[in-house]
Amino acid sequence: MYIDPHAHMISRTTDDYEAMAAAGIVAVIEPAFWIGQPRTYVGTYVDYLSSIVGWERFRAGQFGIRHYCTVGLNSKEANNEELAEGVMEWLPRFALKEGVVAIGEIGYDEQTALEDRYFRAQLELAKELELPVMVHTPHRDKKRGTTRSMDVIEEIGLDPSMVVIDHNNEETVAETLQRGFWAGFSIYPSTKMGNRRMVELLKQYGGERIIVDSACDWGISDSLGVPKTARLALESGVPEQTVRRVCYANALEVYGKSGQMREEDWLAPPEIDQRTLYAGNSILRGGREPIIGTEAQKRRDDLIIE
Amino acid sequence: MQPAQQVLHDIVLSRSGDHIGWVEKTLAALRAGAPERELHVFLGLAPRRLGKADLNASHEERLAADAARPGWSLEDWSVDGAARVLALLVFQGARPFAETFKDLRRTADAAELIALYRGLPLYPEPETLHFEVGEGLRSNLKPVFEAIAHRNPFPRDHFDEHRWNHMILKALFVDSRLAPIVGLDERANPELARILREYAHERWSAGRKVSPELWRCVGPFAVDDPALADLERALKEGGAAARAAALALSASPHPAARELLRQRPEAEDIASGRLDWQSLEAA
Repeated sequence: MYIDPHAHMISRTTDDYEAMAAAGIVAVIEPAFWIGQPRTYVGTYVDYLSSIVGWERFRAGQFGIRHYCTVGLNSKEANNEELAEGVMEWLPRFALKEGVVAIGEIGYDEQTALEDRYFRAQLELAKELELPVMVHTPHRDKKRGTTRSMDVIEEIGLDPSMVVIDHNNEETVAETLQRGFWAGFSIYPSTKMGNRRMVELLKQYGGERIIVDSACDWGISDSLGVPKTARLALESGVPEQTVRRVCYANALEVYGKSGQMREEDWLAPPEIDQRTLYAGNSILRGGREPIIGTEAQKRRDDLIIE
Repeated sequence: MQPAQQVLHDIVLSRSGDHIGWVEKTLAALRAGAPERELHVFLGLAPRRLGKADLNASHEERLAADAARPGWSLEDWSVDGAARVLALLVFQGARPFAETFKDLRRTADAAELIALYRGLPLYPEPETLHFEVGEGLRSNLKPVFEAIAHRNPFPRDHFDEHRWNHMILKALFVDSRLAPIVGLDERANPELARILREYAHERWSAGRKVSPELWRCVGPFAVDDPALADLERALKEGGAAARAAALALSASPHPAARELLRQRPEAEDIASGRLDWQSLEAA
């Protein structure tokens, strides 16, 4: 049983959902992000947020996967001041929607003054609403940007145990863990972290406060990043207990602090919810591994389309 | 008879548990013209504080609801949904109701959408809500579509024929049941029967099954030979299709329909009341 706590499913196909469910992923968290093309109107941003709290949540449920999301203004678009101001007005309304588990992903891209302003404003909002935070650390000047993110969070007075610093690598992980934050790792080809490197990190650091995700999106990425890493780790002799923590339990613990994500959601969903939003067909009790579905595989191999 | 809002008020308060004080206080503020932000916060907190359980309305509550608004059913209502609709009803905003509704609908999550549309039979100025209802019908979220289509008297009372017919057709498209649609027999019409027969032909050509419920809206308008031929084809399929076709024949005014039915084993079950559209659900 796995959770992928960073997956932009709005950019993915039904094949991904089928493969993820078949590989044992029971829940995903979809952070609000930069969709690849800048949004130039507040209205398009508002509709996007509606999509990830509503439609995408429903779509995932049709494949038996629980969908949660985080809402926020990403760092790239924070540089469009007119847009940013508009989005900030709408955020409080979205932050209390069903299944919103954090404010995120927020942080720095180029580390500009505007990025800093809206990063701080959103940290204040998370503090007021007592929500966890998902922090995107920058691709460029990463180490400094990561340190700076944590400095600002401490300055504002958020508890590090409520904050996931994501997209860590070998250079940033020690400081993130030492300062008491959760350390997320995105298993993303080429630009972020590979799973062989991840396995080495797990051997070195163990499973405490470490979270593995795929960050799969519109780029070349792998929606099976979490289960593949879990398998590689187990084959490389990482203890099962550690794998369970980094690929399931830790994400549940920190994002569960929102009160919007519980193990019962997928183990024993309430009837009214199953009728309307969730098509889960296997009730997994006692942490049993789910039965691997063969439908998706069959569909891929079948010449006939009906 | 109690007014609808009072019925809903009593139901919500009786399920508010420890939060009854918060609910009463907020409702009073909303009634007294509190800013819209208070409504947003109440809508956000309702499921967190009151829970999302089934409303499980009592027999008396169901009777009171149906008396206040004929066709208003509490069957699919949840506790948080009922509280949300009540808050919206008592809110005295500066804008017309339809504008507040539109604003809420635009940013609603799925559970909120379901609640907003379940409340349709209770809202003021129903004729101003047609655009909003259209948006809900177009939704790809089946439970949102069903919040309007199922156990809701709004379509029967306020839809024109075109919208009514397309709601029925969409229900079939998304594998939604027809039986829970309020006014299904009352609002049946020849144009709908024509659309549904063409839809059945399409399905047959594609080698797909036709929902047996479809024939319910065809029966009363099966007045010519081609229509009877369709029902005969469904009869030959056997099972639920045949039972549905027999029921449709029993509603047809065509003399040949009566003759066809007379030769069928289902005729006796229909005459005795053992087979009707409701019992077909179990088939």
